[in-house]
Order: sequence, then C-alpha cells, then structure tokens
Amino acid sequence: MPVITYTSQEQIEVYRFSIPVAIGVPLIALVAQAFLPRWLPFLTIFNLPFLVVIFFAVARRNPISGLLTGGAIGALQDALGGQYIGMYGIAQTVVGYGASSLGVKLDVENAGARFLVTLFFYVTHEVVYFTVARGLVGMTLEWSWMRELGSALANAILAVFLFALLDRFKRRT
Amino acid sequence: METLITRYRNVTILAAVLFAQVLGLAVQVKRSSENESSRLIRIWAISVVTPLEKAIVGMQHGVGNLWHGYVYLRGVRQENRDLKAEIEKLRLEEVRLNQDAEQGRRLQSLLGFKEQYISRTVAAQVIGSSGSEQLRSVYIDKGSHDGIDKDMAVITADGVVGKVLRVFNSTSQVLLINDQSSGVGAIVEKSRLQGVLRGTPVGEVVLEKVMADEQVQSGDKVLTSGGDQIFPKGLPVGVVTKVTKGNELFLNIRIQPFTNLSRLEEVLVITQKAEKAPAVTEAGPTRAVDVLSQRLPSVPDKPPPEVPKKPVAATDKETNQTPTGKPNRPEVAGTTTKPSGTPKPAANVGSAPKAAAAPVTVKPATTSKPEPITINVSQPTAKPQPTAPEQNPETPPEPTPTEEKPH
Repeated sequence: MPVITYTSQEQIEVYRFSIPVAIGVPLIALVAQAFLPRWLPFLTIFNLPFLVVIFFAVARRNPISGLLTGGAIGALQDALGGQYIGMYGIAQTVVGYGASSLGVKLDVENAGARFLVTLFFYVTHEVVYFTVARGLVGMTLEWSWMRELGSALANAILAVFLFALLDRFKRRT
Repeated sequence: METLITRYRNVTILAAVLFAQVLGLAVQVKRSSENESSRLIRIWAISVVTPLEKAIVGMQHGVGNLWHGYVYLRGVRQENRDLKAEIEKLRLEEVRLNQDAEQGRRLQSLLGFKEQYISRTVAAQVIGSSGSEQLRSVYIDKGSHDGIDKDMAVITADGVVGKVLRVFNSTSQVLLINDQSSGVGAIVEKSRLQGVLRGTPVGEVVLEKVMADEQVQSGDKVLTSGGDQIFPKGLPVGVVTKVTKGNELFLNIRIQPFTNLSRLEEVLVITQKAEKAPAVTEAGPTRAVDVLSQRLPSVPDKPPPEVPKKPVAATDKETNQTPTGKPNRPEVAGTTTKPSGTPKPAANVGSAPKAAAAPVTVKPATTSKPEPITINVSQPTAKPQPTAPEQNPETPPEPTPTEEKPH
C-alpha cells in the first residue's frame, strides 16, 4: 500500500505567474530597495530582491527557473548598486537554485517554514556574497555575525508578511 | 555521458550559470579601469529603474511644495522677520569677512599662490541609493546631458558629499565619502595636518595617514586639502569625533561629516573649476571710510580743489583716486565739511559693522566743532590724515599720475 507523505509530489502544488507579475514584482523590489533607504536608512537591512527570488523559487518549484530568476535579479541588483556584475548574481543564483530544490522536496507554504527557509537562505546568500567579494573581487568586507543574524531575522519576519501578500498573484498550473 | 548530463541536468545548468558569472566577474575585475564591459547592462538597468524613481521624487516634491507653499504657512510671518534680521546681521558680517578675504588674497597674490575656484555648479536632486550596505552611493537626476562628467566633486551647502562615479545620459551615480573605496585629501583646520579621508565597511568616515605623534583633538574641523585634484581646497568635510591610536604608526581619527549622507536631497556638482592666482579686486579692501560713505548718502562729493594752478588731470589723479582707481571720498576723511557744517552723529551710522575689532576715529578737519565719528571695523586702519586721501598702511603707496595699476 503506497504511503502518501505530506511532502510527496502529489501534494505539492506548482504555481506560475502572469508576465506582468513576473516582471513587475522584481522591478518594484529593485526600485524600492534603491529608493526607500533614502528616507529610512535602516531599511538597507532588508534585501527585497532576495525575498522575491525566494518567493518565486519556492512557488515555481523548478530549480532551473529558480536559478535563472535569481541570476537575473541579482545581476540587475549589481547593475543598480554599481558594483561588479555577478556578485549578487552568483549569490542569488545559488539561493534561487537551493530554494526551488527545497521547494520540490518540502512544503514551504506555511508561515513557520517560510520564516526558517528565509533565515537559512539569507545566511547562505551572505556567505556566498562575502566569499565572492573577498575571494574573487578582493574587497575588504567585515563579517559580523550579529549584524548578519539580525538582518536574517528581519528579512525572515518581513518574508512572512510579504509572501502572504504575493500569494494573491499565484496561479495554479 | 549524455545520460549523466541528463540525470544531473539541474546541477549542470547551475554550474554553467555560475561559471559564466564567475568568468564575467573575472573579466570585469581585470578591466577595472571603468571602461567596463558591463556598461550596457548597467545602462539598461538604470534606464528601467530611474524613470520610476524620478517620477516618485517629482510627485513627492510636488505634494510637498503644494503643502508648504500654499497650505501650511504657520509661523511664516515670524520666520520672515527673523530672516530679515538675519540678513542684516550677515550683511555686516560680510563686510568684515570681505576685508579679511581681500587681505588674504592680496597676500597670496604677493606670494604667487594659485588657488582653485568653483566656477560652475549644477544643482541635482538625489533620486535613489545603491540600496546596499556594501556600496554607499546615490543616484542624482543629472547626467552627461547636463554637463556632468566622471570624477566631478559633489557637495552641499554643509560640506562634501562625494564624487561622480558613473555618468549616464540623464542620471549619475555618486560615490559617497563614507564608502570604503572612496578617498578624499583632507586637512585638519587647526593643526594643518594632512591625511586621507576614507569610509569604513560600516559606513563611518576616518582620517588616515596622520602620524601617531601628531596632536589631533576631538572637535577639530576637517577641510579638503585639494590634493586629490577632485575637491577644491577648503571645503568643509566634518569634525573630529574620536582619536585613538591605530595599529601601526598612524592615528585612527573618526570624523563626523557635516553633511548628513543618509538624508541627501539636493546636491551641487562642481562642473568647472578654475585655477588662478588670487586677484585683488579693483575696489580694494573695504575700509572704514568706504563703509561710512556708503551709509551716509547725504554727504556730498568733494568740491574741486580751490587752487587752480595745478593741471586738472593731475589734480584728479592725485586727489580723487585711490591707488585702485576708485573715486576717493575724502570728505569723510575730513578734508571738507558737510553743508550744514556739522558731521553726522555717530548714532546715524549705527548699522556699521558690529563685529568690530579696532575702532577708527574720523576727525573732520575743517569743522568748527571737531566731534569725532567712531565706527567699528575689524581691519585696523590708520588714523586718516586730514588733508590727504586716506591710505591703508597695508596698501602700497599711492601711485603717481604716470603709474598704472596692474590688474
């Protein structure tokens, strides 16, 4: 007798998004990331493009789509930030691939899972970014566990609310 | 092999994408001379995002102007009165500072110093930031179409902001002075110690390359030194907040910038600088008599000399011109009397400079009651001779009629 677990492929739904949403949401995230810290400097603690990458990757549950989305959003983030293109690109590619691969195996639709996934992948993102920045580009960045964990926590909390909002744009395949 | 790639298709694509990005990164790092291969993707990203940012900023300013200009006018009358009083105060201060500046320029001119002047600026609005803690930069709404070029200095009324990092058609990216890759030549105002201003990874500003045995104190002001060939000399940068011993031979000096770098709204881009030897203005230094004569419009010009034996031209040059060619006002110095025969009381010149250092006493020579008029100016001026045009002890002697004043 076959046992259907909670995480079996039959129970995990794959979503898709309309083209305006697929383009508009990352664009809004990029603009907001560049624009909001002008008034509220502490908002640089949030990484909205990263959250969008996680959301799309987990919802689509397709590793290739996830890594391509991550790579594209990361490259745009690099282009706007003025740094070498590829620094955020590589980090977001890894995150997109990892999140979508995890989404295939686990149900990450509830708030608790989203919180943990975001927390985990934020740290992963920062580790990859720092590795690239220090190892490949030769930048002198200071790693601070307190700051990174604080940022991870803040992003994870924001992710819970943001993902609930973005759920409205999901379409079942 | 094919089966292997098919089986690990996702991982293979991941590796390929990562490899491509690492390769692209390596190419960019190698060609870090800024004529980068990634310019196209930046232009695309900027041209997609900045119109949105410009629209939001424009809307925000429109609403703000409407509110503050037409609706919320509480306290404007009082503010207007205060500002008028402030203007009066500043005008008087300006007279004093002009004297000091003129004296400084004259001395620099004598020593053959060359100085950089800001000859043209472009006002710009900040429309966005990098949105990253790793790179501290902002975007402004002016680009190459407005005459902006790479490495131009960006300032505000408060002080230095940064320099132009990248220029696009209608947008530019400005690297802030608190970014870790920025560097500004700076000098401590009091001790004249020179160093290099740098940003730290956490966004603070420090002054580097100041030897540990030098004396720098908290509260000292820091200015640009002009050594970086980007910022003109003497622009305010910030104030020293903390001085500690560094790891090596240098001090670790933390600076609080005068400009609030996280709340930038309008900035000025210095698009043109001029380097020239400071020229003494034609008018020469403002002297006590000049100030007094400006404030006494009723005092008539000196009548022509009564002794008509001398040639007229020579007389004019000798008596009615200062060394700089400006018509003299000898009546204030006391060579003539007022029509009423009495000098104007000191109370009438009450708006003379308040920030006085040395009082100048002007004695009307030919009045029946030699009541002195005392005004206060900062520049010590010799007591005027009753019958000769006034001379400042620091100015060169009056030229003969054949001499020409060099400009």
